[in-house]
Amino acid sequence: MAFQIILNFVLAFVWMFLSSNYTAAGFIIGFLLGIILLMMMRRFFTSRLYIYRIWAIIKLTLLFFKELVLANVQVLRVVLKPELDMQPAFFAYPTVLKQDWEITLLSSLITLTPGTVVVHVSDDAKTLYIHAIDISDVDEAIAAIHDSFEKAILEVSKS
Amino acid sequence: MTILANSLVIFFITVGVLFIVVTAIGLIRLPDLYTRAHAASKSATLGVMCVLIGVFFHFWLIEGHFNPRILLGVLFLFITGPVGGHIMTRSSYIAGVKPWKGTVRDELGPEIERMKKEQNIK
Repeated sequence: MAFQIILNFVLAFVWMFLSSNYTAAGFIIGFLLGIILLMMMRRFFTSRLYIYRIWAIIKLTLLFFKELVLANVQVLRVVLKPELDMQPAFFAYPTVLKQDWEITLLSSLITLTPGTVVVHVSDDAKTLYIHAIDISDVDEAIAAIHDSFEKAILEVSKS
Repeated sequence: MTILANSLVIFFITVGVLFIVVTAIGLIRLPDLYTRAHAASKSATLGVMCVLIGVFFHFWLIEGHFNPRILLGVLFLFITGPVGGHIMTRSSYIAGVKPWKGTVRDELGPEIERMKKEQNIK
């Protein structure tokens, strides 16, 4: 991915030298032409075109903001309820993610999602131990949310 | 246009203050450390972020001064907020802080026991 971005920048500079137009507009035109060139040459790269990965990152960020707002509305409901009848629980969550940065990202996402805080990551980094503030209705919902998060992270890290 | 900008600023700061108040109430009302960590790590992060974004919009749209340092502050809070919550809960569980009696399931206890035995911590 980094190689493709650097190649795109180099192509943009080459375009600026070719047209001897050393302005921001010239750079942007060269960059867009470079993207078209990279698309045409995509069979020569071993990994995906980097635009797909940037799109996946944007989608993950939007998902993150949505979950953050939902989480806060849920905490607000729990805190302002007249009687404290929630059922907290610690549960284990097996993860399929391998690399350290993916697991860190997933933990941050889980901590900012409705009703869950990551308490402990096991030594082999295969299991996350999560504290849920209300296990009764959240148990299946959590599985669905985490499937969507894990899927989004895998979408970003896929080569 | 000024009305629109003003209402944007007022909206963000009101929401931020609301979430910070909820955090404070949660810290008093909730029964144990782990449930309090929920309030502290989520609502406080979003509350402070909303207040900062409101300040950013005020200086940008009304005073005409674009301040990227506020945006960097929002980004740093976004990264460090959940990590703080995680570290506090983890260290207190290892140090032996008991969860609330209403806790229905505890799969973390055996894991911590095993880890302590392996590393010879009492």
